[in-house]
Amino acid sequence: MTESNVLLELNNIKKYFPITAGIFRREVGAVRAVDDISLRVYRGETLGLVGESGCGKTTLGKCVVRLLEPNSGSMQYNFGGEMRDLLSLNAQESFAARRKIQMVFQDPYSSLNPMKTIYQSFDEPIRIHSDRNKEERRELIARLLEAVNLHPEYMYRYPHEFSGGQRQRICIARALCVDPELVVCDEPVSALDVSIQAQVLNQMKDLQEKLGLTYIFIAHDLSVVEYMSDRIAVMYLGQVLELAPARSLYDRHIHPYTQALLSAVPVPDIRAKRERIILEGDVPSPADPPQGCRFHTRCQYCHARCVEEMPKLEPLAADPEHFVACHLAEERFAAVGT
Amino acid sequence: MSENKKKIVKSSLAKENFYKLLHNRLAVLGFMLMFVILMACILAPLLTPHSPTDLNLRHMGKPPGGEHPFGTDKLGRDVFARVLYGGRISIAIGLSGALGGMILGVIIGSFCGYYGGWLDAIFVKIAELVSVFPQLLLVMVMRVILGEGIKNLIIIFVFTGWIATFRLVRGRFFSLREESFVEACRAFGIRSSSIVFRHILPNCLGPVIVQLTLNTAGFILQEAALSFIGMGVPSGTPTWGNTINAAKELLNITNYPWLWVAPGLAIAFFVLGVNFFGDGLRDVLDPKQQ
Repeated sequence: MTESNVLLELNNIKKYFPITAGIFRREVGAVRAVDDISLRVYRGETLGLVGESGCGKTTLGKCVVRLLEPNSGSMQYNFGGEMRDLLSLNAQESFAARRKIQMVFQDPYSSLNPMKTIYQSFDEPIRIHSDRNKEERRELIARLLEAVNLHPEYMYRYPHEFSGGQRQRICIARALCVDPELVVCDEPVSALDVSIQAQVLNQMKDLQEKLGLTYIFIAHDLSVVEYMSDRIAVMYLGQVLELAPARSLYDRHIHPYTQALLSAVPVPDIRAKRERIILEGDVPSPADPPQGCRFHTRCQYCHARCVEEMPKLEPLAADPEHFVACHLAEERFAAVGT
Repeated sequence: MSENKKKIVKSSLAKENFYKLLHNRLAVLGFMLMFVILMACILAPLLTPHSPTDLNLRHMGKPPGGEHPFGTDKLGRDVFARVLYGGRISIAIGLSGALGGMILGVIIGSFCGYYGGWLDAIFVKIAELVSVFPQLLLVMVMRVILGEGIKNLIIIFVFTGWIATFRLVRGRFFSLREESFVEACRAFGIRSSSIVFRHILPNCLGPVIVQLTLNTAGFILQEAALSFIGMGVPSGTPTWGNTINAAKELLNITNYPWLWVAPGLAIAFFVLGVNFFGDGLRDVLDPKQQ
């Protein structure tokens, strides 16, 4: 986890979606989907992003792949040792940088063009990002399909001839066709059967090992994230509340929100007794987030300071790899024990 | 399984759809009707020795039979020849008007649907304006401005015919541009023009082709109607509408029925064929029907 190992560094990324009203489309407000997020992604790791629906996980992922343009902030990317801001590249550099970061989408059914064979879907990206000739491209596509355990001859088939799991494996292979370093996986298994999920997840782990990939793994399924991730960031209302190595987060979750989130994970043992923390109320609107700590409206430990002052995401004194955005972090850490 | 291993299984949506079309009796019947009439029009010189415009005063108003299978009109012109040669022009007007409208509608609809925003707002307003304007009035105004002629009639049809295709394509683009495969294309840095025309557009072509057939039929009918009231193709040129025009007077309708029955049936059968074929195509290309 040294400085030189940083692959991507997000600094104060903000993405607001304007709310317009009236015939002149006046801006009357903004949905703060991603509100001031700073993160580091290290080479070769899997960073899990968890949080409930609408907390900005996917928006952050799409900002990283540059499908969305952040309103402010910078994204420093490690181009062979040199850190450069992805948002201030010129058109040509920006195009070249696109092959470094790819994305696997949530819905395998809409991720593949129904009118194109697998070969046609793969061919264009490879062609525009490399100078391979037709035969070399075909060989590469065959190898990619083999890498996700599909028959190379399937490349001449149309998407409707595949099952959901097969399609998601095809999508993973497609993301890899330009030889990326970072793959943003936006809930890649949430649309699949549980029996197929493990198969796809293991495939992704194998590929990571083989190709030295870095993943940003977005999910709302906590057990999936735990299985996949080296580090986990917990998001709530466009902000990161807690960021820690996976083990450490599951053993000693400091933030009250993380605590509530993890207490909701079903345990496959009917005799297991556990404390279930049920949060009251709904998630506040991201168009009008609460002052102070974003979570204070639902936090059972809330006190005066939480209402007024927004806590910063800071490392714990005892564990510099464990970041928490809570005024009570140190006290709670002492209570949980080491 | 092992013996099939080496065999590359290529499947094709087009092939599959073709077989489905073959099993659609109505579509096949429609295609046959269209094809027979079209071929007859193209091969007109082989089917009749007569010219559609030559007057023959010795054979005025002859009933069908013998040398003139559909009879002759009151100027002695062979009705069979007029129907065949007239079909060439009527079908050409209908097809080129529909094709032109389709191309215009697809291009404008693609860009409006993909980019949205003020460009889209402007074209939607234009489309509304054109579609609420009475078409007959439009034809009269355009005729005054552009003058009489086949070319101008086609221009009028293109001008009014792009709207249906535009709305269709625009609507499809609005839903398709949100699909993940489009985002995947953008993540790869594929150019917008390629995304619009090579990735999204093929997904809307099914309904567009159906609209093309419906427009073709509609324009053939409109040409006939406009020519019948003397607002279409100049009266010297044989078209289906102009041929019927010869039977305009009330007395002719009862005394010389072959003047209007033959071209009327030609129009009816061709339009019916095109409509059947279009319906069949729609059933085959609509994925929900599979």
